[in-house]
Amino acid sequence: MTTPTASETSLTVSVLLFASYADAIGRDALSLELPIPATAGDVLRTVARLAGGQQLPPRPLLAVNERYASADQPLATGDVVAIIPPVAGG
Amino acid sequence: MRTRIVRRPLDPLSLISAVSSSERGGIALFAGVVRSRNSGREVAGLEYSAYEPMAERELADILATARERFGAAVEAEHRLGRLEIGEAAVVVAAAHAHRGPAFEACRWVIDELKRQLPIWKLERYVDGELSWVAPDEETAG
Repeated sequence: MTTPTASETSLTVSVLLFASYADAIGRDALSLELPIPATAGDVLRTVARLAGGQQLPPRPLLAVNERYASADQPLATGDVVAIIPPVAGG
Repeated sequence: MRTRIVRRPLDPLSLISAVSSSERGGIALFAGVVRSRNSGREVAGLEYSAYEPMAERELADILATARERFGAAVEAEHRLGRLEIGEAAVVVAAAHAHRGPAFEACRWVIDELKRQLPIWKLERYVDGELSWVAPDEETAG
């Protein structure tokens, strides 16, 4: 038996924040390492624990790789998870 | 691929040209323009930002669905960056043989676009204050 390496037990995703959420956290992008298996909701819970993260609502819109996704969507290394404030185009 | 999320003034006539053909007798155009008052406050201007690649893809999907659903030719553009009062933030054009489906497609596209595109606006008030606009207190469109 070999000891599992980090890449076998965890995955790394990019997280994007926008508008009021970027202001709340004080940055618009970060990288997160999460234990496998991980979901979009796990990203949200991790970001909500950062300084300013308590300003995020409990269930904001999420996107994975530029598509709207539910919190239970499973993630793979390299995925881009966006936490999306209420949209206000038009 | 056509770029529809842009950082230049919008040109409604170019969108009309894009949907026009000799078969289409009705063209509907909607322009969403920055207005000067919102929630009782005097607005100096707006700054739009977006998750650009996702907004592009979502808009392309909305237009493809509208073409299929209404049998209409549809195009739309949304502007980003700093806009002044009276400038267009969004323009939608829809053309069909007859006016009914042209109006319906145009209305459907602007409604979907406002519901789905990951775009945000920062309002600048004349007193210098800034505020992210919530979707139910619109200043344009």
